[in-house]
Amino acid sequence: MGEVLVVTSGKGGVGKTTTTANIGTGLSLLGKKVVLIDTDIGLRNLDVVLGLENRIVYDLVDVIEGACRTKQALIKDKRFDGLYLLPAAQTRDKSAVNPEQMLNLCEELKEEYDYILIDCPAGIEQGFKNAIAGADKAIVVTTPEVSAVRDADRIIGLLEANEVRAPKLIVNRVRPDMVKRGDMMSINDIIDILAIDLVGVVPDDENIIVSTNRGEPAVADNKSLAGQAYRNITKRIMGEDIPLLDLESSQGFISKVKRIFKL
Amino acid sequence: MLFDLLNFGKKKASKDIAKERLKLVLIHDRANVSPQFLEMVKGEIIKVIQNYMDIDEGALDIQLTKTESEDGENYVPALVANIPIKKVKDSGK
Ligand SMILES: Nc1ncnc2c1ncn2[C@@H]1O[C@H](COP(=O)(O)OP(=O)(O)OP(=O)(O)O)[C@@H](O)[C@H]1O
Ligand SMILES: [Mg+2]
Repeated sequence: MGEVLVVTSGKGGVGKTTTTANIGTGLSLLGKKVVLIDTDIGLRNLDVVLGLENRIVYDLVDVIEGACRTKQALIKDKRFDGLYLLPAAQTRDKSAVNPEQMLNLCEELKEEYDYILIDCPAGIEQGFKNAIAGADKAIVVTTPEVSAVRDADRIIGLLEANEVRAPKLIVNRVRPDMVKRGDMMSINDIIDILAIDLVGVVPDDENIIVSTNRGEPAVADNKSLAGQAYRNITKRIMGEDIPLLDLESSQGFISKVKRIFKL
Repeated sequence: MLFDLLNFGKKKASKDIAKERLKLVLIHDRANVSPQFLEMVKGEIIKVIQNYMDIDEGALDIQLTKTESEDGENYVPALVANIPIKKVKDSGK
């Protein structure tokens, strides 16, 4: 029996789709069977982040409406064994799907796959309600900014009200240099405010843009620091106890020298 | 030490301002109340208590904050009132 994880944030543009693509790919690299569902109907993006946009035939709404079998709509990623994408419909709107239908779909997929990851749209309306309907657990993505943390808090409350228990936090786009000079909230500041468990920290990394340009998730790139962060998060999701990434080691020569001399 | 000296007289770190603002805004988000609502509660509390004791209205402090829930796993909003008493009336006897 698989597990359904919804990736959500409230605020738009904080990294839900990037997170879904990377954790999903990461799980498949560790031998798991994974389906990624894009529930951002009308604004689909998970397909391009994964580089699978040219292979779409059917989509989520086709499956829900019974226009095709679930299996027919799943795009198998040829690079990563065990990774499948169920894309969102691009020319419909969120009312084409309801929470009960999503729940049924998740139950069906759980029979056969180890993890079902749901990429949630921004906001707290219908799209959010659909995305969380079948979720066993939630991953809340935020960035170290006042508005993103505030929205994350709202989402945590709504998840609780909808009985999606014990959400876990990812803090994305952290800039250690700014944290160091006191111009960005630290991980501890954010945890202190949101009072939920942390599952990982992802640095602000230009590799994310490069890998999105190519349609190849950073998690598969051994040289990318963000990729390392996503590999660690993947393992933590699978229950391993992995220490947090030392983001400071990424700060280049000067800070390395400073560290050597204990500055 | 040198670092501290250099920072002396500098403005407060922006992340500390962010944190303080967030904490305040979340108290209201979480409890779903406005400052006007708090003023109303305050007025009512004063009215009731004044039937029994003289209080220092100017020093009365009432705020919404958070406290650990019973299972210790979450934080829940709490209404905390600090009401200095000047004199207890004996009409209650
Ligand atoms: N760690 C990171 N470092 C640098 N850029 C990042 C990082 N994470 C995300 N981005 C960039 O931020 C932008 C938004 O990311 P993404 O699309 O994943 O957010 P989202 O939460 O899914 O947005 P939406 O709410 O619109 O669905 C993208 O351009 C992405 O490349
Ligand atoms: Mg998205």
